[in-house]
Amino acid sequence: MTNVKEKGPEVTLTPPVDAGNGLKTQEMVINMGPQHPSTHGVLRMELTLNGEIVTRAVPHIGYLHRCFEKHSEAMNDYNKVVPYVDRMDYVAAMNNELGYAIAMERLMDIQVNDRVEFIRVIMAELQRIASHLLAIGTFGLDIGAFTPFLYCFIEREKILDIFEKASGARLLYNYIWIGGLMNDVPADFKSDTAAFVKSFRPKIKELNDLLSHNKIFIDRTANVGVLPDKVAINYGVSGPSLRGSGVKWDLRKDDPYSIYDRFEFDVIAGQGEMGTVGDCWDRYIVRVWEMEESLKIIEQALDQMPDEGDVQEAIPKKIRPPAGEIYCRTETPRGELGYYIISDKSTTPFRVKARAPSFVNLSVLPAISIGAMVADMVAIIGSIDIVLGEVDR
Amino acid sequence: MGLLDKKYQDSNIIIVSLEKALNWARKSSIWYMQFGLACCAIEMMATAASRYDFDRFGIIPRSSPRQADVMIVAGTVTLKMATRIKRLYEQMAEPRYVISMGSCSNCGGPYWEHGYHVLKGVDRVVPVDVYVPGCPPRPEALLQGFLHLHDKIMKESLVEGIGSKPVVIHDKGGDNIQVKSAEETDEHKTAQIEFPQQDVARKKEGA
Amino acid sequence: MKTAEELHRILTDKFGEELFELKQDVPVAPWIIVKAEQIREVSKFLRDEPGLRFDSLMCLSGVHYPKENTLGLTYHLFSTSEKHKLTLKVIMPEDDAHLPTVEQIWKTADWHEREAFDMFGIRFDGHPDHRRILCPDDWEGYPLRKDYQVQEFYRGMKVEY
Repeated sequence: MTNVKEKGPEVTLTPPVDAGNGLKTQEMVINMGPQHPSTHGVLRMELTLNGEIVTRAVPHIGYLHRCFEKHSEAMNDYNKVVPYVDRMDYVAAMNNELGYAIAMERLMDIQVNDRVEFIRVIMAELQRIASHLLAIGTFGLDIGAFTPFLYCFIEREKILDIFEKASGARLLYNYIWIGGLMNDVPADFKSDTAAFVKSFRPKIKELNDLLSHNKIFIDRTANVGVLPDKVAINYGVSGPSLRGSGVKWDLRKDDPYSIYDRFEFDVIAGQGEMGTVGDCWDRYIVRVWEMEESLKIIEQALDQMPDEGDVQEAIPKKIRPPAGEIYCRTETPRGELGYYIISDKSTTPFRVKARAPSFVNLSVLPAISIGAMVADMVAIIGSIDIVLGEVDR
Repeated sequence: MGLLDKKYQDSNIIIVSLEKALNWARKSSIWYMQFGLACCAIEMMATAASRYDFDRFGIIPRSSPRQADVMIVAGTVTLKMATRIKRLYEQMAEPRYVISMGSCSNCGGPYWEHGYHVLKGVDRVVPVDVYVPGCPPRPEALLQGFLHLHDKIMKESLVEGIGSKPVVIHDKGGDNIQVKSAEETDEHKTAQIEFPQQDVARKKEGA
Repeated sequence: MKTAEELHRILTDKFGEELFELKQDVPVAPWIIVKAEQIREVSKFLRDEPGLRFDSLMCLSGVHYPKENTLGLTYHLFSTSEKHKLTLKVIMPEDDAHLPTVEQIWKTADWHEREAFDMFGIRFDGHPDHRRILCPDDWEGYPLRKDYQVQEFYRGMKVEY
């Protein structure tokens, strides 16, 4: 076909404009990334600037394309895909595993017992807090606030300790398997988690005092990168980035999976407290209050969690799903993570496609960065909270 | 205690060879390039943050390759990224060191077999000084890697040129950090990346 | 909230019988097979028609079926107001896989279509920025095709282990 391009779109710069005092101004193109401290990985942006105003932004991705889909087709066992799933969104590995496990369980019609469900939910919510802490910390770092980063990491390390006790790993766990868990949680899991919940709640207030209501921080983020709700839905934006635009949409409530329908929690949406609905500050504050909601879920789950139950009783000996396909989506800290799995009745997956939330969320970037200052680009990228491992897969 | 030491011991003077003093100064303030690729970058951040605290070794992040002493290749190097890594390495000033962090940048890691877009080891494009195994390595492992780099720097000689002294390889069952000298990784064998002409032309345009 | 059978009936009433095929004897969820050249009109209708309102494209995935020598595209649609889901499929011959883009209808499709082109070599007529997205511009071949042979060298770097 004729419309296939080998290279990116040709940059057509506006001709030099006379500024009136004998000086001429002209647009310029600058390159941001892939090595840039604030692109959260290896994102590359091609920015066309008029002075300091961004007139065009083109994201270039693929610098971390690790062939997840090829690997899942090459594995001869559905369980062997789980470690690769971990490495997609490496900041929220538990949520990725949960999504994959649920998709496979629906396809194979496996029921897991209550203990497994509760442990999974607690792990997923702890991971959500850890992921949001990292997002908030690095967002502060992008804006120029170094201290919140250190405070966030103190709390994150506590969560990682809980994970490490259960799974043996700090970052990539391979813990949630199809039909169960790798192993049961240690005996002091409940008390550890309860202690963390108790100690973490006051820290949210501390974080708000430190960063959320900081004048400089508000000036940098309010009214910046406004994402209207209609645009967000059309681009398929999900997760905190969508909720920041005032849309109360959370798959845990609206398309419940696992046992999320048993818990009481609120869906946080941005209200434009500091500026316009859908600005960077709204997207940020949604994450802060979501941590509070996750704490609520963890507390309820800890109360109701049964002490008895074999976490491996539903794990099939040989995973051989019926011929067919499924699209199953779950809510990760970044939004809607969907797995499209096609099985051809063998033990090897025929096709595993991951609909990564960051991939879709990032595609809205050119639309909301027009007219922003070049320094605001950092705030906008940070507020969308992308993980490049998931964007490129 | 030599005679000189005895003579000056009351007045806060240390007698040391110039080489050792230079090496000591160099190793005590290694600035690393703030440059994360994948999962390992999160562990690198964790190492720099509260609990593990890079700063106590004088290791602080710099965002520009021109101000950095060491590049931590933290994560999977893809073929698309490898060209950029080579360029970043070339922009760093001598003496420069490379720590390959994690299985992916050591040898391709879990992507070695089917990863059509993954470079199987960053030592194919830049020479590596210290390999840190793990997927991802724990922060302690990365710190250990830095301590080995310290050892390596302390063994450098002004006469023979930087990085030329062979360094003992610590290998106890594969879990430990390996230290290799630059020769072993063989700078000459690293791939010469071809930059196509049109790419260069686009760069001239400023894109 | 409409089931796939109801949606299939609505579509055949509007566009004619012969264009659509309903696959029901499958686990989990049935799907509707659409002719490639019709996908754009069908998508527009599905998005704008009151009572359907498929305002969100959840996922767009390419699939390679080596036995049949065909390439497929799967559209997973969802309506945030009506809360129903629909799976559309398009099947194309392997050597001439092209179909109209739906980028103007759902912006989500922009990058997803570029990915499908990058991985499977499916061409999208009318796409405004039709180029590779994940692999480099000068990459050879379409990696996710089942018969893909990886190139030996890329810009002087050995690809195989």
